Order: sequence, then C-alpha cells, then structure tokens
Amino acid sequence: MGMIYLMLIVSLCIAAFFLLFFLWATKNGQFDDDYTPSVRMLFEDEPKLKDE
Amino acid sequence: MEAEKFSYDNRIVRNFAYATVIWGITGMLVGLIAALQLAFPEFFNDYLGFKYLTFGRLRPLHTNAVIFAFVGNGMFMGIYYSLQRLLKTRLWNDKLSKIHFWGWQTIIVCAVATLPFGITTGKEYAELEWWIDIMIAGIWVVWGWNMFATIMVRRVKHLYVAIWFYIATFVTVAMLHIFNSFELPVSFLKSYSWYAGVQDALVQWWYGHNAVAFFLTTPYLGLMYYFVPKAANRPVYSYRLSIIHFWALIFLYIWAGPHHLLYSTLPDWAQSLGVVFSVMLIAPSWGGMLNGLLTLRGAWDRVRDDILLKFMVVALTCYGMSTFEGPLLSLKNINVISHFTDWTIAHVHIGGLGWNGMLTFGMLYWLFPRLYNTKLYSTKMANQHFWIATLGIILYAIPMYIAGFMQGLMWQEFKPDGTLANNFVDTVIEMKPFFYLRSIGGLLYLSGAILMFYNLVKTAKSGKLVANEETEAVVTKELHVNTKGEYWHKVIERKPIQFMILSLVIVAIGGIVEIIPTMIVKSNVPTIKSVKPYTPLELYGRDIYIREGCYNCHSQLIRPLRFETVRYGAYSKSGEFVYDHPFQWGSKRTGPDLAREGGVRGNLWHFNHMIRPKVITPGSIMPAYPWMREDDMDIENIGAKIRAMQTLGVPYPEGYDKKAKKDLHAQAHLIALDIVNTSNQIALKGRNKNDLIKEIEQKDIVAIIAYLQRLGTDVKVKPTK
Repeated sequence: MGMIYLMLIVSLCIAAFFLLFFLWATKNGQFDDDYTPSVRMLFEDEPKLKDE
Repeated sequence: MEAEKFSYDNRIVRNFAYATVIWGITGMLVGLIAALQLAFPEFFNDYLGFKYLTFGRLRPLHTNAVIFAFVGNGMFMGIYYSLQRLLKTRLWNDKLSKIHFWGWQTIIVCAVATLPFGITTGKEYAELEWWIDIMIAGIWVVWGWNMFATIMVRRVKHLYVAIWFYIATFVTVAMLHIFNSFELPVSFLKSYSWYAGVQDALVQWWYGHNAVAFFLTTPYLGLMYYFVPKAANRPVYSYRLSIIHFWALIFLYIWAGPHHLLYSTLPDWAQSLGVVFSVMLIAPSWGGMLNGLLTLRGAWDRVRDDILLKFMVVALTCYGMSTFEGPLLSLKNINVISHFTDWTIAHVHIGGLGWNGMLTFGMLYWLFPRLYNTKLYSTKMANQHFWIATLGIILYAIPMYIAGFMQGLMWQEFKPDGTLANNFVDTVIEMKPFFYLRSIGGLLYLSGAILMFYNLVKTAKSGKLVANEETEAVVTKELHVNTKGEYWHKVIERKPIQFMILSLVIVAIGGIVEIIPTMIVKSNVPTIKSVKPYTPLELYGRDIYIREGCYNCHSQLIRPLRFETVRYGAYSKSGEFVYDHPFQWGSKRTGPDLAREGGVRGNLWHFNHMIRPKVITPGSIMPAYPWMREDDMDIENIGAKIRAMQTLGVPYPEGYDKKAKKDLHAQAHLIALDIVNTSNQIALKGRNKNDLIKEIEQKDIVAIIAYLQRLGTDVKVKPTK
C-alpha cells in the first residue's frame, strides 16, 4: 500500500502548511481581536454610484 | 490620513453570476433527464435510443456541470465580490480576472464536448481527460494568483474569516486535483490512471471526498460568512467560533476519504482512520452551521419576510443535516445498508440542492440589485422560487431516502432456508415509484431556477450595470513598510503566503518525482499469482466499459458480507485489481455487481443482453446498446495502449505491442464463433454462419463480452452456475 504513504506525506504537507499559516497568522495579530472584524465587515462606505 | 479613491470590479462578478445561472440550469436539466431515464427506461432507451446520451454518459455530465460549472462559477462570483470589499481593494488585475472567467468557461465547454462522446478517464468527479485536467490546473493557478496578489496589495490589514476559507480552498483543491489526475496519455482522447486498483481507489476517494470538502464546503462557508451577516445586517454570532471551526475543519477533512471504501480491500486501519475523522468532523461542521443560524438570533421574525434570509436559513439547515448524516453514513453498520444505494444520492442532493443551491440563489438575489443599482424585479417571484425549490428538495430527498433504505434491506434479506429472498431485478422494480417522485422533485427545483433566471434578467433590465463601483478607503500604513537595502529573503518574508505556496509546490514536486516511480509502479499490493494482465481484446473491452460509463451503475467490488458473497461470489481481494488502470469499483448499484461476472453466463446471453436488456431480463432498466453490434472495433492504437500499460508496470512480455492485434483478432474470432454456434436457426435468420462470424468478430460487442467474461475469473475457486 505504497499509495497510503504518499497520501500521508501529501496530507501531512498540507496540514503542515496550514499549521505554519496558522502560526504566521497568529503572530501577525490576525486573531488578536475576535470581535471587531465581524462588525467592521458590515460597514461599507456608502458607494457613490457612478454609471459607466 | 488621506482616503484613497478607487473602484470595485463588478463586471467580472456579473459575468460569473450569469455563468452560474446558465450552467446551473443546464446541469440541473441534464440531471433531470438522467432521473427520467431511470424512471422511464423504455421511453428513453428504446424510443429515443441515442448513443451519446445514455445514463452512463449523461450522469458524469450532470455531476461535472453542477459541481464545477454551477457551484464553481457561483463560488468565483461570490469570492470576487466579497474579496474586493473585505480588503477594500479592487481585484489585482482585470486581465487576469478575464482570463480566469473565459478559461473556466472554456473548460466547461470542453467537458460538454467530451463526456457525451465517451471521452472520459472513468474516475468519478474527475472524468475529464488529461489535457482538460492541465487546463483546470492552469486556470486554478490564475485564480489563485489574482486572489493572492489582491490580498498582498490590500488596504485592510486584517483578513476576515471568509478569506481564510478561500485560501484553504485554493491550496487544497490544487493539491488534490494534481495528485488525482496523474495519468498517462495514450492519445489526445485517451489516458490511463497512473495508479491501479486499490491504490487508485484510495487516491480517487481522497480526492472525491475532499472535492466535497474543499470545493462544495469551504468556499461556500466563506461565502456564508460574508453574505449571511450582510443579508441579516448583523455581525456573525461568534467571530471566535468561526476561526476555531475553520482551523478544525481543514485539519480534519483531509483524512475522511477512506469512509467511501468501507468493507473494500483497503486495509482495515485506513478504513477506521476515515471513520474516526468523519465522526470528529461533526464538531467543526456544526460549529459553522450554528454560527450561521445563530447570527439570526433575535431577528428570526425577519426570516418570515426577508427572501434572502429564507434561502440562507434553508441552506444552513441542509448543511447541518448533510454534515450530520455524513458521519452517520461513515459508520460501518449504517454503511452496510446505505452503500451502493440511493441513500447516498439523497445525501449528496441535500448538500447540493440544499446547501450549495439555496445559498447560491440567496447570493444571486442579493447581488443583482446591487450590481445593477436597482431593486429586485419581483420579490413575490423570488418567494415562489423559494417555496418551489424547498418543495423540490423534499420531494427529491425523501423518496430517495426511502428507496435507498428499502433496497439496502432487500439486498440483505434471506429466506428461512438460507437462500436470498430477492433477485436483484426485483429490488430495481420496487424503486419505480420513488424514481417518479424524485423526477418531480428535480423538475420543481429546475423550474424554480428558471423562474429565478427570468427574475434576474428583468432586474438587470430595470437597472444599469455599475461596472466600476466607485469607493474610497483609508490605507493602513503599516502594510506597506519599506525596509532599506533588503536581502531577497526579506522581500519574501513580507510575502509569507507566496513564500509558503512556493515551498509547498517545491516540496510536492520533489515528492512526486521521488516517490511515484518507486512506490506506485512497483506496487507492494499483495499480488496473486493467478492474476494475469488483460488480453488486448479484454483491455479494449475495458475501455468500452469506461467509455460507456458502466461504473455509474455497476460496482465491481464484493464486500465480505454473507448477503453479498451468496449473491455475487467470493469477496474481492486487493491483489485482483493490480492491473486495473483506473479502478472500476463504482459507488452505486443501479444494476448488480459485476466483479465476478466472468463465466456466470454464456457469450450469447451477453450478446443478446447488450442489444435487448429489457427483453432478456424483464424489469431491467438498463439502456440498450444496439450500436455495439454495429460499430467496428477501433483498435488502431492497441499497441500504444499495451506500451502505456507496460510503462505503468503491467508485465506484458517485451515487444508484445506488436503481437497484440493478432491475439486480439484470434480471441474475438473465438467469441464470435461461440455466439453464432450457440444461436438457434431463427436468430440467424437464414444467414450464412461464416459470414456472420466474420461480421461479428469485428464489432465492439465482442470486446465488451470478452472483458465481462474475464471479470473475477482469475481467482475464482469454482465457477458459480
């Protein structure tokens, strides 16, 4: 079942990638604030509609 | 701080929106026709017998259309709209967006131009041939490039949770697609999977399950996190929960694939691994569903009137149902009943029609008035669409649940004397009423979508496309800190995403180059001495089997369960499939299993059955294949096929490709001889026997019979009568 080992390697690669990504994001302060982003996305600056 | 003026690209969103609707309706229509073919087989296959639209060729067209064309375009539409606004940045490059759009539509057109003609790899949800696979990979990268570049030049430092979902989608689907699409081209229109048998099955379902996870789930969860709060105009219930369930979901999903192969020849530990992870998946899946639904806390009264929220609530509820059901189906004791039945079909349609469909409809109704700076043409019509679609889902799913459960139990039933209670065909006849009801459900759902199309076009007509939506935003300064005299890696450090993708690609390429030749070709699947490569005629017959999409209705895997071994013969072993590029285990038994079909019936029976299945087996719903009797074998490239198989590690003797054609004709002659000699005088219609043999031995039908007669015979202990 060589394929399983390949799958394991690939799956672990992806998992490792996500882990690094997670650590980077945390270090970068992406998760410091776990409330404001949810509210901020609701506010759009009222678009000044201009037809093309 | 100075506010920067810029604009959002709405034209690309509009283009993807129209593509979503048009391909969606097309895909649903194809699905409806496929459903009608099962409900009215006599009409479709005997009166409208048309070789390019048999169920086996139509069903892949349906699945590819609704997954990659409908949901695919829907996802790009929603992502391109939300990404720009969440990052307060126009898409990085308009040209790239355009290439992405037209490239994706070209891929879909290629799918439509190949699948009905039997140009297929024969792997479920990955049927497209090798050059289309390459196009998919290319266009996928274009999308990723455009998205990551936009993220890099963003004006908002924080990445809202939806964007995390988009990134995970890009990375994982790219990986899955590349690994599962490893195939060796024989010609422009034909390739063989690099992997064989159980290994191919493992890769295929690793891909198949994660296609559900990362094509139908993660992007749509991201979209849900944008459009549900927007539609409800209130923040998501818990932003913290969204982060936690995102990471949990992507870490767990990748391991669940083997639950598609329970009781197969996959090692037990791998099956159990799949089950354990599937059960764990309930937590993050329901985290997402609850987070979405609870966003409406205190605003449930609005669901009564707000058409957008109605669609979204049904979508979330269906997501919750199918992600609860999925883990249940992955339990072995439930899987014994559900596997190979219409229960699976019901399950995926709760997800497809409910979760993906309803969320897409909700997004479209939200987007069109905004893209065209106008009001929705008719809320009443949208409301009607909602009820028609919901009723359609119910009428589709409930009959299929009953059908699946019933058929699963009927297959298991024994009489007191220890023999099977039901012939296979009896269980098919019982499905009739459910097939009718399901078609009505599908028809309703499709009608709703057409109603929506009308409503959206009218909406667009009443307004004018805001192709470039003017806006302004304050730049977050620290995003663009420029350090002096930097090393190259300093530059890359500021681009962590590109950096990681790059390293991932490098690692993956290294891995592929090293591992595949050593591990896959010289597979260490326990080989069985008596298992020999297919003869050239059988190999060609197998290609016909793949071309006609037989795997859509017939499995080739006997589970080690008494009711299966009594019905079909000894259970399947992994060593039997070592030369199967690709594997053809199937996932649905609309017809019986064929793993040990070889030698059970005579050549003449198969000959007549291919031409008139409903006469040979009363109650059968199998399409007739009269053209197999008419079409000459296309064996010009049989030598190339043998050489391809040799490259993949199939032990044909050196130089066998030159002798293949001669062997092929010799075997074809024997089968034709047997068919003619066992026919009675009436069937011959007074024709000269030798002429008839000469005619039949040139036809496709001889090859498919050769293949069917070979199935499972290598390890057969004693032939069943």
